[in-house]
Amino acid sequence: MAQTPTANDASPVLEVRDLQTHFFTRAGVVKAVDGVSFTVRRGKVLGLVGESGSGKTVTGFSILGLVDAPGRIAGGSILFHGQDLAKLSEEEMRQLRGNRIAMIFQDPMMTLNPVLRIDTQMIETVQAHAKVSREEARQRARDTLGMVGIPSPEERLKAYPHQFSGGMRQRVAIAIALLHRPELIVADEPTTALDVTIQAQILAEVQKLCAQTGTAMIWITHDLSVVAGLADDLAVMYAGRVVERGPVSETLDAPLHPYTAGLIGSVPSRNKRGEPLRQIPGMTPSLLNLPGGCAFRTRCPKAQEKCRQDPPFGELLPGREARCFFPYNVPAGEAAA
Amino acid sequence: MSTPIIELKGVSKRFSKKLDFAGKLAQKLGVPVKEETVHAVDEVSLTVNKGEVVGLVGESGCGKSTLGRMVAGIMPATSGEIRWHGRELGSLSGADARQAQLQTQMIFQNPYASLNPRMRVADIVGEAPLVHGLTRRGEYDTYVDDQLRRAGLDPSLKRRYPHQFSGGQRQRIGIARALAVQPEFIVCDEAVAALDVSIQAQILNLFLDLRRELNLTYLFISHDLGVVEHLSDRVVIMYLGRVVEEAAAEEVFRNANHPYTQALLDEVPRIEVRKKHFAGIKGEIPSPLNPPSGCHFHPRCPHAFDRCKIERPALREIAPGHRSACHLNDRS
Repeated sequence: MAQTPTANDASPVLEVRDLQTHFFTRAGVVKAVDGVSFTVRRGKVLGLVGESGSGKTVTGFSILGLVDAPGRIAGGSILFHGQDLAKLSEEEMRQLRGNRIAMIFQDPMMTLNPVLRIDTQMIETVQAHAKVSREEARQRARDTLGMVGIPSPEERLKAYPHQFSGGMRQRVAIAIALLHRPELIVADEPTTALDVTIQAQILAEVQKLCAQTGTAMIWITHDLSVVAGLADDLAVMYAGRVVERGPVSETLDAPLHPYTAGLIGSVPSRNKRGEPLRQIPGMTPSLLNLPGGCAFRTRCPKAQEKCRQDPPFGELLPGREARCFFPYNVPAGEAAA
Repeated sequence: MSTPIIELKGVSKRFSKKLDFAGKLAQKLGVPVKEETVHAVDEVSLTVNKGEVVGLVGESGCGKSTLGRMVAGIMPATSGEIRWHGRELGSLSGADARQAQLQTQMIFQNPYASLNPRMRVADIVGEAPLVHGLTRRGEYDTYVDDQLRRAGLDPSLKRRYPHQFSGGQRQRIGIARALAVQPEFIVCDEAVAALDVSIQAQILNLFLDLRRELNLTYLFISHDLGVVEHLSDRVVIMYLGRVVEEAAAEEVFRNANHPYTQALLDEVPRIEVRKKHFAGIKGEIPSPLNPPSGCHFHPRCPHAFDRCKIERPALREIAPGHRSACHLNDRS
């Protein structure tokens, strides 16, 4: 653990390269994650977007080393400050997890133990990675609770998880993730179950924290509108693969991959009231039975014979990559690559 | 104007927890123990006209689902009047009551829990029309096929069970079931909330097509303002059991009057807005067991003044067809 984050703001905290996480089930090998690559930089938020079953959660779990049998990382590398997490032993991973890399789950009760008071859980987390006294740990827990916007943290420390509302519980889960000032947080749909006004409060806290502490974040969600307001970069997943990657604004304004375009068209607010939404026909294919070549070709309006081959994941425009033979919004001259 | 399909006047729904033995005993002994009562819906008036799509928006616990259930007639109101085509719902009997129930159908949020897992799709869709004499044994198969096709399902799958379908397809089964009894009015309770974006778009398009085709009227309950904006003619906003604002859809989204509506609209993440600075309304949604006095929104409202803490604001017309419940409208 000799490496420390450099002062350079653009330095990559995490580089995922061609990650493959497969589940070896009786029905066959499910390639839940099949060639995912992206980079997360210091203080930046990467939005990882996809529909259910696209492999976005498994990607998050792979980074944290939380994939259970019958699944395992079958290939690729996860470089955290240059160190490959996929090759670490369970004990080494344990040293990182909750310390330099943390995760926030959709359901905060996955993080919280219902029969222990908040202070017990938070002090335990602090002492797991730092040699500090109980009193110091308690103080740190209280400060962190205050930081995520929980009123009267001193009293709330003595409460049990069920005494908090959904939004407050998620704040506690975020506070626990922040206890060791991690360099990377993987947030898996943390606001999906929350109401709009509460979601906005949490997003406000997250924005503030990223700016203040320089924490890099992977924000996994199915909601393009949340990502539009929060993230710097965007990676869109379909059937276990990243099909498009690039800066949020450019990607949403002029998507390259037909799937990204379809997703954006499906969001009601973009369309004129009362008019039919531009829907994507069909449904997400089963991962056990994917069409060969481009997995999206059976639903794609631009699909041609060539799409039966695997399209390469390449840079089609400066800083923007997509996995498609016939992308949108690429001037004819530049499509040669 | 013709009589509205459904008209609610001062409808309330209260749920109370009966005292247990220890509670009753304590009461006998003179300890002031009271039954806990939740005002899930508190004197709500609402009108739905023929051919209209009314969007009902609110956060969790605001009573929108309870209101939807009362409108659909599957839950009685504690007080107030619900009129169906101008006639009091409770006073109907026999054939009329059955007709009222058939004409109003409901589509539920959870496509996993709202279908009987032990019934084949054909029976889920076909049972009710058969019982109510809308089809006969001889025509049963064609009738069911038509219903499935209309909802965008392949009739050859009708011998299957619900678990063999995906979430979007199950929602289509729920729609086919609701439409099979030829209703005029559909209550959709978060009907697309559990679906993926691309599937949600398909189902919303189906709703719009069916509306045109069958001249349906919808009460569309949702927490998703984007969906409601897209679909509705008129929007009703609820907060903690009360209607705070009601107006035509364009009017609400362009010209919101109530501070709660304004805050809600500000905070909805929109795909057009990049690198937004999220602010958040202060505070939490209060417990409906112990709602704040006066205007329920006053502890979170940036404009609250003394009167808001004491007096409940009435829902008053501030512009033609635009009603809002806020004391600020009296000040200016």
